Amino acid sequence: MPVSHAEEGYVTADGRQIGGTLMELRNITLRFGGVVAIKDISFDIHDGEIRAIIGPNGAGKSSMLNVISGFYIPTEGDVYFKKVKRGPMKPYEVARLGIARTFQNIALFDGMSVLDNIMTGRLTMIKSGLLSQAIWYGAAAREEYQHREKVERIIDFLEIQNIRKTPVGRLPYGLKKRVELARALAAEPKLLLLDEPMAGMNVEEKEDMSRFILDLNDEFGTTICLIEHDMGVVMDLSDRVVVMDYGRKIGDGTPDEVRNNQDVIDAYLGVAHD
Amino acid sequence: MADTIPAAAEPQSIPALLARNVGRYGGLPAYREKEFGIWQSWTWAQANAEIRSIALGFLSVGVERGDSVAVIGRNRPRHYWAMIAAQMCGAIPVPLYQDAVAEEMAYVLEHCGARYVVCGDQEQVDKVIEIGDRVKDLKHVAYTDKRGMRKYDHRHMNSLADLQAQGVAGHYRYEAELDTRISELTYDTTCVMLYTSGTTGKPKGVVLSNRNIIETAKNSAAFDKLNALDEVVAYLPMAWVGDFIFSMGQALWTGFTVNCPESAATMMTDMREIGPTYFFAPPRVFEGQLTNVMIRMEDSGRVKKWLFDHFMAVARRVGPSILDGKPVGALDRLHYALGDLFVYGPLKNTLGFSRIRVGYTAGEAIGPEIFEFYRSLGINLKQLYGQTEASVFITQQPDGQVRNDTVGVPSPGVEVKIGDNGEVYYRSPGTFVEYFKNPESTASTKDAEGWVATGDAGYFEPETGHLRIIDRAKDVGKMADGRLFAPKYVENKLKFYPSILEAVVFGNGRDYCCAFINIDLTAVGNWAERNNIAYASYQELAGHAKVYEMIRGHVQEVNRSIAADPILAGCQIHRFLILHKELDADDGEMTRTRKVRRNIISEKYADLIGALYDGRDSIYTETEVTYEDGRKGKITATLRIADAELAPEQRRAA
Repeated sequence: MPVSHAEEGYVTADGRQIGGTLMELRNITLRFGGVVAIKDISFDIHDGEIRAIIGPNGAGKSSMLNVISGFYIPTEGDVYFKKVKRGPMKPYEVARLGIARTFQNIALFDGMSVLDNIMTGRLTMIKSGLLSQAIWYGAAAREEYQHREKVERIIDFLEIQNIRKTPVGRLPYGLKKRVELARALAAEPKLLLLDEPMAGMNVEEKEDMSRFILDLNDEFGTTICLIEHDMGVVMDLSDRVVVMDYGRKIGDGTPDEVRNNQDVIDAYLGVAHD
Repeated sequence: MADTIPAAAEPQSIPALLARNVGRYGGLPAYREKEFGIWQSWTWAQANAEIRSIALGFLSVGVERGDSVAVIGRNRPRHYWAMIAAQMCGAIPVPLYQDAVAEEMAYVLEHCGARYVVCGDQEQVDKVIEIGDRVKDLKHVAYTDKRGMRKYDHRHMNSLADLQAQGVAGHYRYEAELDTRISELTYDTTCVMLYTSGTTGKPKGVVLSNRNIIETAKNSAAFDKLNALDEVVAYLPMAWVGDFIFSMGQALWTGFTVNCPESAATMMTDMREIGPTYFFAPPRVFEGQLTNVMIRMEDSGRVKKWLFDHFMAVARRVGPSILDGKPVGALDRLHYALGDLFVYGPLKNTLGFSRIRVGYTAGEAIGPEIFEFYRSLGINLKQLYGQTEASVFITQQPDGQVRNDTVGVPSPGVEVKIGDNGEVYYRSPGTFVEYFKNPESTASTKDAEGWVATGDAGYFEPETGHLRIIDRAKDVGKMADGRLFAPKYVENKLKFYPSILEAVVFGNGRDYCCAFINIDLTAVGNWAERNNIAYASYQELAGHAKVYEMIRGHVQEVNRSIAADPILAGCQIHRFLILHKELDADDGEMTRTRKVRRNIISEKYADLIGALYDGRDSIYTETEVTYEDGRKGKITATLRIADAELAPEQRRAA
């Protein structure tokens, strides 16, 4: 069943070297009153890999992502980030740790431009205070230039130069998704959590988004953990997949291993055709 | 052509011009590119250093004299530099259309025997790899954008920046060789090889020498008084001869600045920031901009709308005359000046046209109202007529003599003559050397005396000496009474009406002309909505009596304008019908580039053509259609045939 990967990392099918464990989840259980959303799940995320969490509706995927992001505190079990046990945290503390995320339902500031929205992603890194920013001279201005330069590189990377100054509210859905990804990237995360990055997209938009995810993993070495419904996308993109069903983990491994796992086939994928 | 040989002191190649510019304009900006939201710029001296290092890099991977160096990418300074660097090494730059599919690219790369390829990004590299086994001579690939390239096999590939660094590192070894190669370049060395887009058969490689490019640049720059302070925006495909002349030939000759947009999608914003003084665009760009302006004005408040309508009426009345320096009354001038303050100035600024001194359009017919719109704003928009084989310029319109229906007078240094069949021939210093590896085509296009057949039919207006192009020569025919029949000329006039999407005119060898009309569903549908006309399908709308009435009005207007033309007056439309389906490339009725295929249409709709000429007023017809997924179906319809009034012909005063 689940293949255990060495602590030191492993080499993927296409020859990429994956690092050691970045995050480890040990025996996580999450209860909301009488409802058990997650039941005794353990898995890990290695440094530099693309890790997917899949499962039918209501399997507990988003809850799992919220546990990883620190938004939910598990009822039982421990979360280790960079080998350190993580206690309850405030959202800004999570951001400072180097974890950024996008949301299933886009959460951007509609009235602000794309550029300003992405700039908010760098909020935790801005050091100058309110007063010096208001006067905007010397150090504060220099600091903003530096952040702007970083943001411009992300704009270039995600090819959204043409909407730089457009208010987000006027953008079509597919582009909003891309802007949200840009904002998450602006925080220069170590671990990037994507909650259904392709939901509601057409084929072309999905292809673009897949390309961006692969490229940013390749280019910046960002570790990515994503939830996705589109099987084709998940199997093509990810290095390892966790499969959930009714709050339990029913499979864990490379896409090929998961695809041939009988429990997974029964629960989710249907019967394999050869 | 002894008169075109320059004095020995004048630079005889693009690299020599570059060296001259470094001395003459060293500190002026040569190239700009918007990247990371900021305009990056390079002076002539800086550009020269970059270009030399690319050339050294080329030598380090073994570029030989006469090798083809293909460049595939969007307009970026580095791609222009790679072309000049290739010339420095004695190699031949071959820019390719970046949106070509791998298959089309394979033909060109194979045909030119490309040994080195400079790709813009991963997408282009992927295409080259896909067809790699067919391009046997390929030795090395360089790419500009590193993104996504990390995992590729780099044994015969590296980034242009790395190639430059490699060249600079070995400069002791290559410097002397490079200088020798540059000094070997002459006026007759090949400057560039451009593949014609190939609407008819396989693309042909047009070989243009330094003489072709530099002489053409020199003449055309003098014609429009271009100078080192002009600015252009380079956004048209690099494989197209126009971009090569504007962004390479003229830029190097006059020393003006070439600005590259951040991406194709930001073109309009970038253009506004740069404010070019010299601009070229095909008619569809101007058309698209005008539509945008009109839509936004429709949505604006009442006061703004009134201001716009009022001052645009003034502009249409006096704008072109003011632009042409004709006498205009003081009151009108004042009125126009007010309009400039309130409407034209801000509008031009939004469009990026505030500083335009010279603007050109060419390639296809431009609608009169579009042309007039820009000219009435005070934008000096002109037309030119050109070809890849002529290094662009054959004729162009001088300032102050601009008209919608002519293409101007022969460009300086160009001789133009009209053949017996009405075909236009030219001879010029820009006339191409040959088609690469295709002596038959060269011989059939260019005769021993250097005259080149354009394939277009036209004539010189006796009063003004301006050339008018009427049609492709092969489509031009004679009516039964011997008068000239030019279908495309009439079709273009019809297509200028927004309600008419396509028109096909018949009449070769017949007594009179008839036409098929395709209505534009968006425009006519809109019109129907406003006029409370209910319809359930395209077919029903097309057959509606009121639509027929409207189209008849357009046809009659066209007839009046044709009647005013002494040579083409025989082409008035006597009868027409509105087709029950749109002409479609899937049915083979049009090419993929939306050009009408006359032969196929006249075979397929022979019954309809018969009815147009036998006097019936309706006909029942069945037509086979192909759906997008390849299935075939049949539609039936009874079409009405309408008569159009003819206008009295105006005989030219003897």
